[in-house]
Amino acid sequence: MEMASLLRFRTSRDYSLVGPETAKAIESGLASGEWYKTPIERKLLKSLMQRSDGPALRDTAIWLGLLAILGTAGTLLAGSWWAVPVFALYGVLYASAADSRWHECGHRTAFKTTWLNDVVYVLASFMLLRSPTAWRWSHARHHTDTIIVGRDPEIAGMRPPQLIIMALNFLGLVNVPQSLMTQVRYAAGRLNDEEKSYIPETERKKVTREAWAILAIHGGAVVLAVATQSLVPVLLIGLPNVYGIWLLALMGLTQHLGLAEDVLDHRLDSRTVYMNPVLRFIYWNMNYHVEHHMYPTVPYHALPALHEAIRHDCPAPMRSLFAAWGEMLPAVFRQLNEPGYFISKELPPGAGQPAQRGR
Amino acid sequence: MANWTRACGVEDIDLEDVGRFDHAGRVFAIYRAPDGQFYATDGICTHEHAILSDGLVMDHLIECPKHMGRFDYRSGAARGAPVCVALRTYPVRVEGDDVLIDLG
Ligand code: FES
Repeated sequence: MEMASLLRFRTSRDYSLVGPETAKAIESGLASGEWYKTPIERKLLKSLMQRSDGPALRDTAIWLGLLAILGTAGTLLAGSWWAVPVFALYGVLYASAADSRWHECGHRTAFKTTWLNDVVYVLASFMLLRSPTAWRWSHARHHTDTIIVGRDPEIAGMRPPQLIIMALNFLGLVNVPQSLMTQVRYAAGRLNDEEKSYIPETERKKVTREAWAILAIHGGAVVLAVATQSLVPVLLIGLPNVYGIWLLALMGLTQHLGLAEDVLDHRLDSRTVYMNPVLRFIYWNMNYHVEHHMYPTVPYHALPALHEAIRHDCPAPMRSLFAAWGEMLPAVFRQLNEPGYFISKELPPGAGQPAQRGR
Repeated sequence: MANWTRACGVEDIDLEDVGRFDHAGRVFAIYRAPDGQFYATDGICTHEHAILSDGLVMDHLIECPKHMGRFDYRSGAARGAPVCVALRTYPVRVEGDDVLIDLG
């Protein structure tokens, strides 16, 4: 039995990808459905979709540069209290910031040059203990069937919400052991039925090879830590997923939590939240989440412009991270007793009408 | 046997862009490469259902708007996950102001 299942509340619906909800989603046409899109003139959309290496090269140089400086400083300061704030910052940049690099480069939209996307994607995946191949396919499914129960492998907020797991994951305490166990399973060449439902046969060997690489790198850090009798190697590689992931949880959970399930309209199942420039650097503008899902071909640096182009047709964005949590927390606590409850986003007057309201 | 059919006008598609052509219940994508050459492929992605003419043309690649899978539209070859299966291509010729494709 997986550790997470001991901490799980029983959900009223079956969130697995091979259960009765899967069949229902396919039957009802929700699976691989036709999603609502705010119409945008082709010329404008084309200009928003344009790729360039400049912004991502600049941001990646700053990101890796800061990691190198902080990592070196933390190593030199090891043993003194000064190392604590240095590693605290390093951990956030390592783990919380890697997620958005993983995400944007996985879509191959961050850079214009394909191999740059691929290199940063693999690097960020390894930093996050994720298999680049398995996650590419899982994320493709998340975009096809966003928050469609029985189809989307990336639903973070089930109903009732898994509050214990969510809280523990602010320190990666469920995700990290689970990711490690998954990599061991992949290294043994074993995929479960859910993974087989979205990873094609031809890609599965790659998953095994990547798992060996991830385990070797992280195992190497542990061996070095033991050999040098120092925590520094694992503070640099691996453990940031524990002590530096909290900011990702704080930002990432705002994407869909508390919103509608089973609706073919990203305005109703995703949330856009205004954030300050520092958070937007760390999160690579994924706070424009409605925009990202509606037009995933638009690179992160053009999402603010896309937001301006479609905001007349979208629910009011949350004014801050604080406001987003203020909306989510009462909703998730209510869902504990009332799993059918969700935040029904209000569309502005004159907005395109959704085909369903969700549930 | 050749079956040349008018798909669009030369000026209907910008350089390094793509247009949609619907014919007999089928969808095609017509491309105008950066050098001005026209090409045609099936208009629906081979991964899932997505209309390729809503995507982005970069040089000789078309990027699908759904999961950003890419194809070389000259040969139809798939250029990376999540697309694995090639697109069917069609011969194209320009006659005056018209772009014709051979639907075979
Ligand atoms: S539908 Fe085209 S890449 Fe997925």
